[in-house]
Amino acid sequence: MSLRSPTGRVQGLGTAKDGVSHWWAQRVTSVALLLLGLWFAASLLRMPELEYQVVVAWIAGPFNAVLLLLFIATLVYHSQLGVQVVVEDYVHHHGLKIATMLLLTFAHWMVAALAIFAVLRIAFGGAR
Amino acid sequence: MDSSSTRKRPLSPFLTVYRWQYTMALSILHRVTGCVQSVGLLLFAYWLVAAATGQKAYATAHAFFGHPLLRVLLIGFSFAFFYHLLNGVRHMTWDTGHGMERKAARVSGWIVFLGAIATTALFWVLILRDTGGAA
Repeated sequence: MSLRSPTGRVQGLGTAKDGVSHWWAQRVTSVALLLLGLWFAASLLRMPELEYQVVVAWIAGPFNAVLLLLFIATLVYHSQLGVQVVVEDYVHHHGLKIATMLLLTFAHWMVAALAIFAVLRIAFGGAR
Repeated sequence: MDSSSTRKRPLSPFLTVYRWQYTMALSILHRVTGCVQSVGLLLFAYWLVAAATGQKAYATAHAFFGHPLLRVLLIGFSFAFFYHLLNGVRHMTWDTGHGMERKAARVSGWIVFLGAIATTALFWVLILRDTGGAA
């Protein structure tokens, strides 16, 4: 005997079965961002004027460049997971929800690609 | 047949039926600061792209971020950052099953809120001290 409601059975709807992985991904990125975020904030404090030469030299350092890439990827992933929950909670119209998520997903990938490309360009000496 | 879908079933309490409590405000603030930072990602990317484009583009970005209005906005972003970070730790402590009692949740709420204000203030004091308040 199924415990599903008649409506649920008829519409073929149920859980998407990926809620747990979403929950875990949010926590794992949270812990990573706690560490990477504090590293980034401390780095900003060490170059308070943020002059061009200083910033570019800082980004170009292999260790900094790699941490920055991880920071960007984790930030964007965490942000995407977060706004997804907000959209699911507050945008009730199905079509509008899909459209909003599409737009936000594209925006997140665009930001990630731009930021990662920028760091790589500086790290590999392309910015002069 | 009186199916469960046609009967008017009671709904679980939602935002609009709760009496206002400051722990609610803190919870909402977690979402707000999260969304604020998602928007802030655009500025972060702009800063990096400007640095990758060259000295001239970076100078434009530097002037843009130096504008008093942007300064205020950046202070807001830094508060969002520190609040979301500290409250995130609070949330993950709850995930382990600790600190969810009413008193503990209220105390940790105050610690996080005041802690975020203090950290934001300290962050900017350190920056302004090292730049002589000029940057």
